[in-house]
Amino acid sequence: MAAVVRERAGTEAVTPSSRRPTGAFRSRKRFQNRRSGSRRSRALFLLMLPGLGYFLLFHYGALAGNVIAFKDYVPFDGIWGSPWVGLGNFQRMFQDAEFWDAVLNTLWIAVLQIAFYFPVPLALALLLHTLTWTTVRRFVQSVAYLPHFISWVIVVALFQQVLGDTGLVNGYLGDAGLSTVDIIGNPDAFRPLTVAQVIWKDAGWGTIIFLAALSQVDEQQYEAAAIDGAGPWRRFWHVTLPAIRPVIVLLLIMRLGDILSVGFEQMLLQRDAVGPEAAEIIDTFVYYQGMVGGDYGFAAAAGLFKGVIGALLVYAANKVAHRLGEQGVYK
Amino acid sequence: MSAHARPAWMEKPRPLTQAAKAVALVAVVLLVCVPFLVILSTSLASPEEVVDNGGWVLWPTEPTVQAYRDILDGGIVTHALGVSAGVTVVGTLFSLFCTVTLAYALSRPGVFGGRPVLILVLFTFLFPPGMIPSFLLVKELGLLDSYGSLIFPVLINVFNLVVLRGFFQSIPDELYEAARLDGAGDWRVLWSVVLPLSKAALAVVGLFYAVAYWNSWFYASLYLESDHWPLQQVLRTYVVAGSGLTDTATSEGTVNAPQTVQMAVLVIATVPILLVYPFLQKYFTKGVLTGAVKS
Repeated sequence: MAAVVRERAGTEAVTPSSRRPTGAFRSRKRFQNRRSGSRRSRALFLLMLPGLGYFLLFHYGALAGNVIAFKDYVPFDGIWGSPWVGLGNFQRMFQDAEFWDAVLNTLWIAVLQIAFYFPVPLALALLLHTLTWTTVRRFVQSVAYLPHFISWVIVVALFQQVLGDTGLVNGYLGDAGLSTVDIIGNPDAFRPLTVAQVIWKDAGWGTIIFLAALSQVDEQQYEAAAIDGAGPWRRFWHVTLPAIRPVIVLLLIMRLGDILSVGFEQMLLQRDAVGPEAAEIIDTFVYYQGMVGGDYGFAAAAGLFKGVIGALLVYAANKVAHRLGEQGVYK
Repeated sequence: MSAHARPAWMEKPRPLTQAAKAVALVAVVLLVCVPFLVILSTSLASPEEVVDNGGWVLWPTEPTVQAYRDILDGGIVTHALGVSAGVTVVGTLFSLFCTVTLAYALSRPGVFGGRPVLILVLFTFLFPPGMIPSFLLVKELGLLDSYGSLIFPVLINVFNLVVLRGFFQSIPDELYEAARLDGAGDWRVLWSVVLPLSKAALAVVGLFYAVAYWNSWFYASLYLESDHWPLQQVLRTYVVAGSGLTDTATSEGTVNAPQTVQMAVLVIATVPILLVYPFLQKYFTKGVLTGAVKS
């Protein structure tokens, strides 16, 4: 799969150095013996330590901190000294209507994104792929990728400036004597707005994987189909679509597996303006219960619930992908 | 590399299709560019013109950089800009070091504990630790209200690690063997052979880290007191949440800074991304990413 990388590294790097004395090959056997020596392994092991330490401390250390979900956190006693409450936090959570509202909201927004965001990068990729004028194609690609690198803070601010009460669109509508639109800060418009924001930010970036798949399609298949009399639509239907279907299916399955996650930063930035009824998702629920409300044990329980279900869903999605003969993300 | 390369078998596109395509492409470009243009224009207009026009300007009649002078003249935004720059530079260096060393060790066959460590690392991708435990850990480590809290908890990104590891693995074995025959140890091989060959991959990963550090605001809101905030968090508080830049925001002492100043902050937060973007763009085409995305 990393063939592209390998090819580059091969052509750019190997040529000068492979002119080294051929002795390297003659003494290969001796070298391999030396390589298996423990000194080599120890040096590599040392190289591994900073990164390994990071993962052990900040991932597995923090992961262990999830015991707080089974405790009543008392700041003075710390994580380990706080009293156990068994499944008390989870019982409270399951009876909490606000929690279930947050779960429903999360699922709703995720479903809307799958329905309305997911096809956009695909459509854009298909459009870009048909462009034979490479200069234009590169330019549009560059422009379309850009918003992916802009922070959510800036994206939300840009949407406020363009669609807000005193923004660009309402300015023009007002000047034209038309009625203005109430989008920013309106709970009823919030879900479509979040989808629009995701499309603006990530649709361009999302084309990369489809374009990579499209570039793999054998040109001769198109040529053969054209010679057999297939027009553009039939070529699309019988050559293009079957070729990229595995990628589409895989991405869709993986998105379904990740259905409990919708942009946390995006929602948090706008939750105060539109209120929790529209914008509360599981992650913001955890944030407001824990970081704002100080109910750490309860919030951690909600976070752990999401983590476990989410991991199971991703795992299941991966299994389904394998079952369908796709490659999956985890091997 | 001819610009118009239409294969011989492909029929000449109909004018209507051509027009529809052109409209779609222009729409995409405008949708991305116009919001930035509005922000930039508004920041360069005079406060009076912005008020007269109802909050925004598409083309300032008398451009002025007064808004930029105000916010870069000491005060919250100037300080926040320094914090963001510092965290981005230091964080990227730390992240690159730890990612490169771990990725290199994991890319070589037969390293002691390599397989379990790889599984350990990939598992974190599936099961992140969660916000509350991470916060409590940072607190117990005494990192609260230190700039380290913005760097250490996010030191290594698994995706970047996998990209680099894949790249290192793609370097032909003969090169490693040749270097080792010349008597180079593992550190030396990494420094003198692997890294010089991996410039494109390092640039992409480094820029990814830099963009992530620059754009980060949530951890700052969790871990830092407001006088230590980086630019994005300042932007979030004063522009997105609309608290209005207070008298300490600019040296002028303006209460509720005008729209022009808010837009100037927005521009300053965006410009570094626009500056590094062409470099990122240059390396996309080298296939580093497409290879990684697919694997």
